[in-house]
Amino acid sequence: MSERFFPDSMPRPLADAFSLPWWRAAAEHRLTVQRCTSCGRTRLPPAPLCPRCRSTASDWLEVPGRGELYTYTVVHRAIAAEQKLPFVIAVVALEGSGGVRMISNLVGAEPASLRIGMPVELVWEDMGPELAVPRFRPA
Amino acid sequence: MKERRAQLVGVGESAYARWGRIGEITEHELACQAIQRAVEDAGLQLDEVDGLASFAEDRNEAVFLAAELGLPRLRFANMVWMPGGGGGCAAVANAAMAVESGQAEVVVVYRSLCQGQFFRFGSAGRDASAGSDPRPPQVEPAQSFLLASMGFVMSYGLLMAAAAYALPTRRHMHLYGTTSAQLGMLAVTFREHASRNPRAVMGGRPMTLEDHQASPMIADPFHLFDCCLESDGACAVVVTTRERARDLAKPPVEVLASEQGAPRGYGFGPFTNANIADELYATGGSEEMAQRLWAKAGLRPSDVDVAQLYDHFTGCVLMQLEDFGFCQRGEGGPFIESGALAWKGGNLPTNTHGGSLSEAYIHGLNHVVEGVRSLRGESTSPVADAEVCLVTSAACVPSSALLLGRR
Repeated sequence: MSERFFPDSMPRPLADAFSLPWWRAAAEHRLTVQRCTSCGRTRLPPAPLCPRCRSTASDWLEVPGRGELYTYTVVHRAIAAEQKLPFVIAVVALEGSGGVRMISNLVGAEPASLRIGMPVELVWEDMGPELAVPRFRPA
Repeated sequence: MKERRAQLVGVGESAYARWGRIGEITEHELACQAIQRAVEDAGLQLDEVDGLASFAEDRNEAVFLAAELGLPRLRFANMVWMPGGGGGCAAVANAAMAVESGQAEVVVVYRSLCQGQFFRFGSAGRDASAGSDPRPPQVEPAQSFLLASMGFVMSYGLLMAAAAYALPTRRHMHLYGTTSAQLGMLAVTFREHASRNPRAVMGGRPMTLEDHQASPMIADPFHLFDCCLESDGACAVVVTTRERARDLAKPPVEVLASEQGAPRGYGFGPFTNANIADELYATGGSEEMAQRLWAKAGLRPSDVDVAQLYDHFTGCVLMQLEDFGFCQRGEGGPFIESGALAWKGGNLPTNTHGGSLSEAYIHGLNHVVEGVRSLRGESTSPVADAEVCLVTSAACVPSSALLLGRR
């Protein structure tokens, strides 16, 4: 994407020790989910314990960047100065993730053409040398 | 023990206004005003108040309020850990537990909100005049687990509650065929109730379904009139024991049952959590809690004479109607369409004050106030001989609820 999706006045992502590795992988254009190495359950956002087996052991599973639109909203109200409207917030069910969904944006889609269940694919937006944000477009 | 059963004996509020309109008096002073009025309504003296309770994100700390109000002692200062308005009924429940256990004798639950004096909910927090941060965009350290979770939300512009609750509502429409007109009818119904309520910010502003449909789109499927008001104001509720309530002027309202809760894996709800179980995603997340509430009180949905349901967004009320068993899952739209929620001719008159959609947005504590008034026969949309009132605090976030009764 050549043009920024959001203006610079939008807040920057915040991360703690659990989520920082996710953002580091994103900067290298790798979309990951956290995976419990004890029982295999996957999760996002990253968290200290597996909610199924309570193990603290985990690694990162890279996912292929395809998915399905689970739900969405077309936002018509700016929350930051000089924001382009409308924009789409989407919940994407990630293929190959063990059932993980993530909140993201849908780009390059006519709002009227959106349908829950439609296939979408990953597109990275490079925000700076150390920050890339995953968004999606119709596949 | 029966002599200590918790009763709601006083309610009060400041004037309600559109957000940013109350500037001559501080949010803190407004809290004091509401507490004083509620205590006066109860026929009690401030010197008898020995507890204060509130819920998430309250800027107005009980210890300071106690000092300013000149309370002789503060034995119970309590805060509920639930986001936004979800803890309103839970704060009343905590006050009830405090008086029933003997921890305190008279506890006042309060909420004061003056968004114009602080920041407006849903804004990005940095205004344009602040200029851009000169550093290259990067990940910043989060000061809490909640904020780290918000990193997976904020980066996509999900900062506004309307957009957050549009997500489960859109899915509900997809699954069950719920329509915007059905949501609109709910907003129109509450506006009609507000027309009789002199406290209601939108009291003089009648609304038709056409007005609703023509109102600007905020976050699809929510039009402007699907979203609650943004208000300045404060209200308070006084809780004491049955014994102390006996010789007060007004009839007490009893807390028949209270519950709070969130289902497994819910976290903050769909605002920050895209991974709520599929069967819970397009619900208010309150179904289990509702079942516990009915069982505790020994009551059923059909026993409710009047309901005050937290209405931050129309879609969230619809999902609560299903969660609490007033209709089947997926049937919320037709249930609203049937006119069930209307004061005139409805089986379940709901938000007789106009709710947060039309009276004021005081994080839903005004729904508890109206719950008390509706059982005392003081509502401006009175339900004759009402004996049982359901009050809820939020949906689609961890939430709480009360069943109130007139004995």
